[in-house]
Amino acid sequence: MGANHDHDPYAATRPHGRALRLGIGGPVGSGKTALTAALCRALRDELDLAVVTNDIYTTEDADFLRREAVLSDDRITAVRTGACPHTAIRDDISANLDACEALQERHPGLDLIIVESGGDNLTALFSQGLADRQIFVLDVAGGDDVPRKGGLGVAAADLLVINKTDLAPLVGSDLAMMGRDAGKVRGGKPVVFSSLRERPGADEVAAWIRGVLHDLAHEHGEHEHEHGRERERAAAS
Amino acid sequence: MRASLLLLADSRLPAGGHAHSGGLEPAVAAGAVRDVPALADFLRGRLATSGLVAAALAAAACAHAARGGGAWAALDAETDARTPSPAQRAASRAQGRSLLRVARTAWASPALDALAGTPGGPHHPAVLGAAAAAMGAAPREAAEITAYMAVTGPASAGIRLLGLDPLAVNRALAVLAADVDAVAAEAAGFADGPWAELPAASAPLLDLYAERHLRTDLRLFES
Ligand SMILES: Nc1nc2c(ncn2[C@@H]2O[C@H](COP(=O)(O)OP(=O)(O)OP(=O)(O)O)[C@@H](O)[C@H]2O)c(=O)[nH]1
Ligand SMILES: [Mg+2]
Repeated sequence: MGANHDHDPYAATRPHGRALRLGIGGPVGSGKTALTAALCRALRDELDLAVVTNDIYTTEDADFLRREAVLSDDRITAVRTGACPHTAIRDDISANLDACEALQERHPGLDLIIVESGGDNLTALFSQGLADRQIFVLDVAGGDDVPRKGGLGVAAADLLVINKTDLAPLVGSDLAMMGRDAGKVRGGKPVVFSSLRERPGADEVAAWIRGVLHDLAHEHGEHEHEHGRERERAAAS
Repeated sequence: MRASLLLLADSRLPAGGHAHSGGLEPAVAAGAVRDVPALADFLRGRLATSGLVAAALAAAACAHAARGGGAWAALDAETDARTPSPAQRAASRAQGRSLLRVARTAWASPALDALAGTPGGPHHPAVLGAAAAAMGAAPREAAEITAYMAVTGPASAGIRLLGLDPLAVNRALAVLAADVDAVAAEAAGFADGPWAELPAASAPLLDLYAERHLRTDLRLFES
């Protein structure tokens, strides 16, 4: 499971490998922290969870998550990004890896670590060495032409979340067009609409994560099965 | 210089350096650095103090690693003794951990493996020295890279924090280059001597800035 195990000292600590690392990126204020909080509430009873925030200037996102008490304090870590949020998730992921590894050491049974990126532009993309899967969050009020403009985050994320649909009538954004444009640049990868204000549960995103974890566990199971069969064949010959 | 050494000195090395300002952010916050001349003074002071100490530690680490480099606890203690600010110790260990991760994925070395056992993570100069040794470099080269990074890191933080003209900052670094070489040569002279006699130049204001930085609400850099 995961994309890049070369520098991962935890690959063998759990039967299903280390925690899945899920990146959440997107422009400033699009709802990344709100989504992170919603996912923690939705998943914390079924999954062993932790969060890393990449704040631009303060520890505001981490503080918000602590205040909302979505997870215990020792499951939330903030890293600083030296004025370059995309560097910390893409070019030099070491502070984030350090934070993930420290969390994993403290909670060896972790299933999922959510890494929230600092608010950035449309070219932001998580490194495969940091995130196994990534979600990009757009804000309806940021302009309904954003999906058409594409950009690495919009095009390449495993899931695109178009958030704040409640604001669409107020700002005159055409949701159907946003969905169509996103579909064109994303080659069939999923898009969901959300209003975390009106439906704070983030049900569809939580369901997508459950699906990812289920698929990975299944893949891993088959792997184990094959290894077992190889061992049997080797023993028989 | 061998290409591997250039990789080690490259600011694009994914070893966490981009989130550390080497004390420049608190200096800017205190109003001590606002322009390129003040930045150049800051860099000269840093080079002569923590730059020299780090370069000598890296040279000693390189020599130690070249001899097999099993036991690191004594050099770790010597580094702590020369780093009075707990904030700077933590920053050095954080960068050491990150550099160790990068170095061990790229260059195989028992000395680097041994450093992984350091409680809290190894100090940055020790890893730099051991990584240089892993590619067959001499202590002098480890000192050069360390002295060079002691000024280039804060210089690029200055560009980001103050919007300084990158060409003017680069010229200031070019002017400083001879001093960087001289500090590296001096530091390399300590590579094979007793560790207790490694230089211990101190910069109390940098120590104070580092401590104050930790208690600041708004900050972009880890240190
Ligand atoms: N109307 C509306 N507001 C929302 C919605 N989701 C989030 N918000 C609000 O949008 C603002 C920004 O949300 P955050 O979750 O902090 O956004 P973010 O992407 O984490 O922001 P940065 O981390 O600063 O980049 C907050 O005031 C949220 O309450 C939504 O669906 N509808
Ligand atoms: Mg946020």
